[in-house]
Amino acid sequence: MISRLIVSIARSLLLARLRQTMVAAVGVTFSIMMFVTLLGFMNGLNDMLDGLILNRTAHIRLFNDIKPKEKQAIEKAKDYKNRSHFIHSVKSSGSRREIYNVGAITKAISRDPRVLGYAPKINAPVFFNDGNIEITGVINGIDVEAEARLFFFKDYVTKGNPMDVKTVANSIILGKALADKLLVDIGDRVYVNNSQGERFSLKVVGFFESGLMELDKVNSYASLATTQKIVGKSNNYITDLQIKLKDLNLAPAMAKDYSKLFECDSEDIQTANAQFETGSNVRSIISYAVGITLLIVAGFGIYNILNMMIFEKMESIAILKATGFSGKDVRKVFMVIAVSIGLIGGLAGEVMGFLLSNLIDNIPFNTPALPTIKTFPVNYSPKYYIISFVFALLTTYFAGYFPARKASRVDPVVIIRGK
Amino acid sequence: MQSIILQAKAIHKQFHDPVTVDVLKNITFSINAGEFVSVIGKSGCGKSTLLYILSTMDTDYSGELLIDSQPMRNKTEAELAHVRNAKIGFVFQFHYLLYEFSALKNVMLPGLKLGQYSEKEVEHRAIERMKKLGIDKLAFKQANQLSGGEKQRVAIARAMINDPAIIMGDEPTGNLDKRNSEMVFDIFKQLTTEFKQTMLVVTHDVEFAQKSKRIIEMEDGRIIRQ
Repeated sequence: MISRLIVSIARSLLLARLRQTMVAAVGVTFSIMMFVTLLGFMNGLNDMLDGLILNRTAHIRLFNDIKPKEKQAIEKAKDYKNRSHFIHSVKSSGSRREIYNVGAITKAISRDPRVLGYAPKINAPVFFNDGNIEITGVINGIDVEAEARLFFFKDYVTKGNPMDVKTVANSIILGKALADKLLVDIGDRVYVNNSQGERFSLKVVGFFESGLMELDKVNSYASLATTQKIVGKSNNYITDLQIKLKDLNLAPAMAKDYSKLFECDSEDIQTANAQFETGSNVRSIISYAVGITLLIVAGFGIYNILNMMIFEKMESIAILKATGFSGKDVRKVFMVIAVSIGLIGGLAGEVMGFLLSNLIDNIPFNTPALPTIKTFPVNYSPKYYIISFVFALLTTYFAGYFPARKASRVDPVVIIRGK
Repeated sequence: MQSIILQAKAIHKQFHDPVTVDVLKNITFSINAGEFVSVIGKSGCGKSTLLYILSTMDTDYSGELLIDSQPMRNKTEAELAHVRNAKIGFVFQFHYLLYEFSALKNVMLPGLKLGQYSEKEVEHRAIERMKKLGIDKLAFKQANQLSGGEKQRVAIARAMINDPAIIMGDEPTGNLDKRNSEMVFDIFKQLTTEFKQTMLVVTHDVEFAQKSKRIIEMEDGRIIRQ
């Protein structure tokens, strides 16, 4: 138990060496500030980069893949059962890319309480005519409202109104890079050939920039109806169902269930984008490592200052012991000193860290690749503040532990005699 | 009936650095309640060493020590600290006040540590004792702003705060001029006569010792006269 007396002695010792105490506390403040800022900034960047992909990626995607029959004809022949088969004669058939029975599937999905929403999509490979050159590209037939609600489609349309694609007949939103290549502006027309060679004329109503140049070079968006017309299919032709879940972590298990239930292929976000997770993790680890190193350095500062203080206060320690304070009491006094430094320095650090994060958050950061970002991104998650504060207390506790133990072992006789 | 406050039985101590030397040899004596005892002897005769053993701060000895009829052997460090807190008051040669505190707080600290009285009562008792020593005006001065004699009187007040069984002094006048020495002696004298306070003072000031009631003289780690 730490009594008021111990605390008041600790406070007097601290105030008597105010400047040293301040130096120690400033060390902690600085490291906490940098820890919080670094992690906030790093994770802000992480969130932004992840958002580039993850925001626009379905948590589960249902589709019909082009692949060979799983059961080859030869496997059905009784004569060759339990033999090694190396004849695969039945090739993939690409005749039906659509999801069968879309109506029933969407009904089932929208009833699932784990699902936030879904957006149907048609993936139509086409050629854009640019004079006598054909540029390969993809028209994504989308339901604009669902796409905007679930995948922030509007954020990426940098010019034009995304709703026009629905209201204006035969219209298209082009990737900015693709539009530059085709030399078209809003209001112009582009000519598109489908895979059967039929030609269509579409009106450009907007540009979009995803932040990923490669995507912008080939992608364009049109309404579902327009796309169905281009590929020459009926109005229940849907090639992809993009499902967004309430909890992203359920995706792998649910993808498997859906695949079995609806007899189609599925892909979950974790499998599709494993590399982004890895990148974020590595960046987080690096920033934690730097932050913790800073704190440990501050811890050594506190250790030094406490050691010095104990050296100076030998007489006081001796007199406390001679008048009836035990070694344990003396240790507590110095532990209180150490932890107070951590507490005060830590709190100041949290505030300074928040202010510095705020400053970074207000620095303009404009890049054509990221249309929605206007300033440097910062993550203000309380997690970093709590972690850093706990760590500040831990560091100061251990930095104080050894000097305090040394103080508790001071032999008063040696000090009093040695005078 | 006179009760025995402090009893030393065959206390023996050796220093081992650099060679083994017997510093104290077979010290046996006892102090009764209300006695004013001086220990005198030449420098290096072991009188300070003896005082630190009697004060329980030095535990590296053989023999028996009883304070208030309680054996001090086999007590833990914290228990010994409590004995010092409750039963022993100290006055050192070099004042040894805590300069971070006011004079009053210096006097109060051992009382607060003992925790027998509330903070208010401890403060009241401290002021009372300081008044007795004529230093109540200095109560709120910082310890480092006091003169030598004032510091020593504050130290005496501190030694008295817990009504100890015995007050021990290690050359309490060694660092003071004649006038202050006399004043400190008068205070000690007053304590024994008026308050029946038991005193044990180590000194080489023969004049000071001769004025006390009982003298223990030491030479080469032995008591040669008591």
